[in-house]
Amino acid sequence: MTSHAHDSHDAGHGHGDHAHMPFQAHHFDDPEQQFDAGKLGIWLFLVTEVLFFSGMFCAYALYRSLHPEVFTFASQYLNETLGATNTGVLLFSSLSMAWGVRCAQLRQRTGLVICLAITLGCAAVFLGVKAIEYTHKWDMGLLPAGTYVSQFLQTSHHEGLSSWLYVLSAVPAVCVVGFGIWYVMSVVSGDKARAEIAGPFLVTALCYFLGVYIGIVFQNAEAAEHAKHETAAHASETHDEHGHADASHAEPEATAAAKLVSHVEPNSPPGSPTLAAVDQAGGAGVFFSIYYCMTGVHAIHILGGIAVLAWLLVRATKDHFNAEYFGPVDYVGLYWHLVDLIWIYLFPLLYLIK
Amino acid sequence: MSAVATKPTHSHYESNEADNFLISSKGFLSWALTLDHKRIGLMYLIGVMSAFFLAGTLALVLRTELLMPQGWFLTTQQYNQVFTLHGAIMVFLFIIPSVPAALGNFLVPVMLGAKDVAFPRLNLGSFYLWVAGAIFFLSAMLYTGLDTGWTFYTPYSTQTRGPVVAATMGVFILGFSSIFTGLNFIVTINTMRPPGMTWFKMPLFLWATYATSIIQVLATPVLGITVLLLAAERVFHIGIFDPQFNGDPVVFQHFFWFYSHPAVYIMILPGMGIISELMSVHCHKSIFGYRFIAYSSIAIALFGFLVWGHHMFTSGMADVTTIVFSALTFTVSIPSAIKVFNWLATMYKGTVQLNTPMCYALSFIFLFTIGGLTGLWLGALSTDRHLHDTYFVVAHFHYVMVGGTLVGFLGGVFHWWPKMTGKMFNDFWGIVSCWFVFVGFNLTFLPQFVMGSRGMPRRYARYLPEFQEMHQMSTVGAYLLGLGLFVALGVLMHSLRRGKKAPPNPWGGATLEWQCESPPPYYNFQTPPTVNEPYDYQPLVYRDSDRGWDYVQPTSAPKPVAH
Amino acid sequence: MSLYGFPLLLAERTSERAPGSSFWFPPQASTFAKDVDSLYMYIGYISAFFFVVVVAAMVWFSIKYRRRPGYEGDSTALHNNALEIFWTVVPTIIVVWIFAEGVKGYMDMMTPPAQTIDVNVTARKWGWTFQYPNGAISDKLHVPINKASKMRLRSEDALHAFYVPAFRCKTDVVPGRVTYAWFQPIMEGTFDLFCAEYCGDEHSNMITTVTVHSEESYQNWLKEAAKPPENIVAHGQWLYERQGCKGCHSMEPGKKIVGPSFAESFGTDQKIVGGTVNVDAGYIRESILEPQKKIREGFQGASQMPSYQGKLKDDEILALTAFIEALKDGKLTDDELGKNDEKPAAGK
Repeated sequence: MTSHAHDSHDAGHGHGDHAHMPFQAHHFDDPEQQFDAGKLGIWLFLVTEVLFFSGMFCAYALYRSLHPEVFTFASQYLNETLGATNTGVLLFSSLSMAWGVRCAQLRQRTGLVICLAITLGCAAVFLGVKAIEYTHKWDMGLLPAGTYVSQFLQTSHHEGLSSWLYVLSAVPAVCVVGFGIWYVMSVVSGDKARAEIAGPFLVTALCYFLGVYIGIVFQNAEAAEHAKHETAAHASETHDEHGHADASHAEPEATAAAKLVSHVEPNSPPGSPTLAAVDQAGGAGVFFSIYYCMTGVHAIHILGGIAVLAWLLVRATKDHFNAEYFGPVDYVGLYWHLVDLIWIYLFPLLYLIK
Repeated sequence: MSAVATKPTHSHYESNEADNFLISSKGFLSWALTLDHKRIGLMYLIGVMSAFFLAGTLALVLRTELLMPQGWFLTTQQYNQVFTLHGAIMVFLFIIPSVPAALGNFLVPVMLGAKDVAFPRLNLGSFYLWVAGAIFFLSAMLYTGLDTGWTFYTPYSTQTRGPVVAATMGVFILGFSSIFTGLNFIVTINTMRPPGMTWFKMPLFLWATYATSIIQVLATPVLGITVLLLAAERVFHIGIFDPQFNGDPVVFQHFFWFYSHPAVYIMILPGMGIISELMSVHCHKSIFGYRFIAYSSIAIALFGFLVWGHHMFTSGMADVTTIVFSALTFTVSIPSAIKVFNWLATMYKGTVQLNTPMCYALSFIFLFTIGGLTGLWLGALSTDRHLHDTYFVVAHFHYVMVGGTLVGFLGGVFHWWPKMTGKMFNDFWGIVSCWFVFVGFNLTFLPQFVMGSRGMPRRYARYLPEFQEMHQMSTVGAYLLGLGLFVALGVLMHSLRRGKKAPPNPWGGATLEWQCESPPPYYNFQTPPTVNEPYDYQPLVYRDSDRGWDYVQPTSAPKPVAH
Repeated sequence: MSLYGFPLLLAERTSERAPGSSFWFPPQASTFAKDVDSLYMYIGYISAFFFVVVVAAMVWFSIKYRRRPGYEGDSTALHNNALEIFWTVVPTIIVVWIFAEGVKGYMDMMTPPAQTIDVNVTARKWGWTFQYPNGAISDKLHVPINKASKMRLRSEDALHAFYVPAFRCKTDVVPGRVTYAWFQPIMEGTFDLFCAEYCGDEHSNMITTVTVHSEESYQNWLKEAAKPPENIVAHGQWLYERQGCKGCHSMEPGKKIVGPSFAESFGTDQKIVGGTVNVDAGYIRESILEPQKKIREGFQGASQMPSYQGKLKDDEILALTAFIEALKDGKLTDDELGKNDEKPAAGK
């Protein structure tokens, strides 16, 4: 549905007729009316976005209130450092976006291009970190309820980078190569206008790998931390019941795991469900279902944001925006702040349950 | 008046054939890529009517099958697929977009005296989303046969073999089409009203459209996320709706009805808006209780968000929740009643012209009253426990959606047909079609109330022989109804070839759309229209049947407000 | 195929309605039927009144104020706040009354008395199983007159709804939850019991009956029903009818309801997904306990059969196997069933 994204986005900003200069659509009386229409339009769009996410927030609230212990238990598998890093990155990108709107209003062309490039870069870093988080969890079997692998049964151990990471990074890698070639060629041919577009795009693609790098560093730090804990724990008590030979990945604390025992679905057949059986039956899986749905849909919004920011950047290099006409930058800015805001809610709700 | 500055330079108010939006540009692409709201409206009209034709045919297949208690030519599986297709196509492809997208697109800017909707590209995008959704949806359903019912209740929808994921993606796309249309209308009505048109000088159709748009924007995203989660449930087993993975099917019902109940008002409110216009124009009488009708539209839109639980009275909700939902449900009946009484009061001392649109409007009132009143049985908890999921419910919502929305839609199509196509239709045959529809409809669905209270459950491919007579009556009625619809289609098609040329104002309407040519030129108004009271018929003077009504400028025109 | 699957139960029916039916309703066979019906009729009278008022006004105005030569209508605005308030307040008062009556009836339906006969009801695609306190199992519901019975409703697969029109009683059966319904029959006889929530292919055939007995005949029935037949084949058939096999596997050769027919299958070689298998005691046992393990060719798309692991005892599986074996010539003879054995007791 590329046409969908394009149409909705384009028209969502009330114009898009780039061909003629004052960018005023024929059916509006004056630029002011056009700006107001666009502003109301984007606000309404944001309302629909909030409602779209609200469905998942409801699901979250419901299942957390039903199974609080499962949420506490499963939340431990999320890496707070990475979450916090991403929160910082997004907050910073919101700042650069707001600055960009200011630049557009003041007709500071270069300033706007730089701000947009920074915002794009932050978005890419965010996705890079997210890629590390996702692939690490996939390897550990921390998956939606239907495919979730109980952490009490885990025997295999994953070292190094996940093969999924290579799959996810294929597109950014192609982008790096493509934009790199494009950038070099435009610099060589002396096409400054092209180079101005290709440069930020190249930086954006590279930023994804910066995010991946940050992710790996923090992930390893976390693992090392846990390893220390584990060795200490293993020294005092035995865990052979769960067959846990490896100590390098996050092993649930015994207390949290024990809490799971008390979680028995009202409908389960009589008998004594073991801790592993409860976890296997998807106990913690629902948490990860909700985690993937919420962060996944959020990540899709980041991708959408990257697309519209790129479009803005192209227009910014052509000096389309000024004090009279900065609507698109303003609207995209609002959208970006919303995406940021949603993450601000997701981070504590998912990562910081204690 | 700033509109003056940008108006085209035609200074003569002459009918200029070349400006007619239907022929102002030619070729397939001039339609496929048009940004003109009128063309988009017409394309929607053709689209929704095709969808209606398809789903209506399926309804006749179902009714034919039900002639025999043990079935006739369909297996139970096929029957289930056909009723799923019938319901889903009718709801998602016909009723929801019928009035807002088809008639609304044509009328909203013209009634506002504007040149177009606020976001013409978005508008075209909505249309193509509708087309994409329709293709997705139909191919998915025709391919292997979806059999979940249009409600996609879990866990059946996560177990069945049908192409549930493809169908839900179709619904998702159609939902966004609906959201963008609503968004467009809200922005258009908010920001593009001409100087002098205050909120309370807006035609009631615009009020109804505005209320509908609010629901579209606020409720449809929830449907979007619901079907997305359903698809994820089916593919990844996320365990939110599927009890096999610790999910709860009742959660799905809450999510689903949070959208789908307001969607009922997406379906009926625009129909009510049409009736408000029709009653006033064809009674040649200022609408009675304008503000009450306007406010009641908004009230219905808001209350409509609070009553979704009444679809789940038997599904094991807590008693308190059930009782609260029942109480809220009754609140919706009041604004609907207010509308009906105001329409009737509008007729009082008017000049009632019993032409085709008016006949449809009167049958709307008749049928909608039955549909609304039978809602009382279903809102009351003890009777609902008996009637829930029986044919009583089937009859009730068909009275509201077919007797209400479809009949209102037909009335609107006849009413604005001269405006849209520039052709007058044959009024006699139009009235004949209305009678067929009216009699056929009642014959189809009145017996179903009786069946329902006798305990005949819905969605039954086979039934007990004691219900056979009633089912046969119903089937005969359905054929009569189908015949009536064919007559209506014939009347409209005939008018395209043989119809007399329509004057700008054939009915004597006072709203702005009657001030421009029939059909309107590309820019709608060659001179910016004078904003007047939408239901003040004093300045209208009847010339003759060829020239229709003329608007004679009152001596003191309302002062334009500085923009 | 579903034509063949049409249960005998339906085929036996005539178009006669049950004794005690009125034009609008099935017989009033439970304590709250009368209340529901009277609220129904009251709402009916109120609605009829408003409907007549609306339609009469509409018709009268259409005639009186119709456009005609020599008649000039008034086109100016009319507005009357008193009238608006009147027709807002009056319907409000009426709906408040209807709401209150509805809640009263609802609370009766939701509050079972302390002493009830508890029946465990299991709904599955597409049949019912009723389990009584004494261990009796039946696919038809039997309850005594003038005593409150409480249904504990569970579903094994999709949503179903327990609906007895004659009792005005309906409750959804939600998988993953337990829901309840109760009623106190006041009339002896046999009434329809429907599934009212759409549940797939054979939804419309998920019909059974509820028989209201006198106290004595109920006790007799209960005693009989708890006792399986002695003859092993009859025992198998007895289980076949009670454990839900009947809903999907026919007893007639070659008839596919959902799963394969039991007739003429024992001892044959059948293609399965990825090979062939001989339908012997071992395969039957495996198919009962792990139905998805070896699926017969042509049935991959069918709805999945639930596992009977833990639900059937070994001797019961043996009985079912004997039953299927007895069907290998396509029919059951009296000989195979054991001539002097009593017929399955749960029937009417």
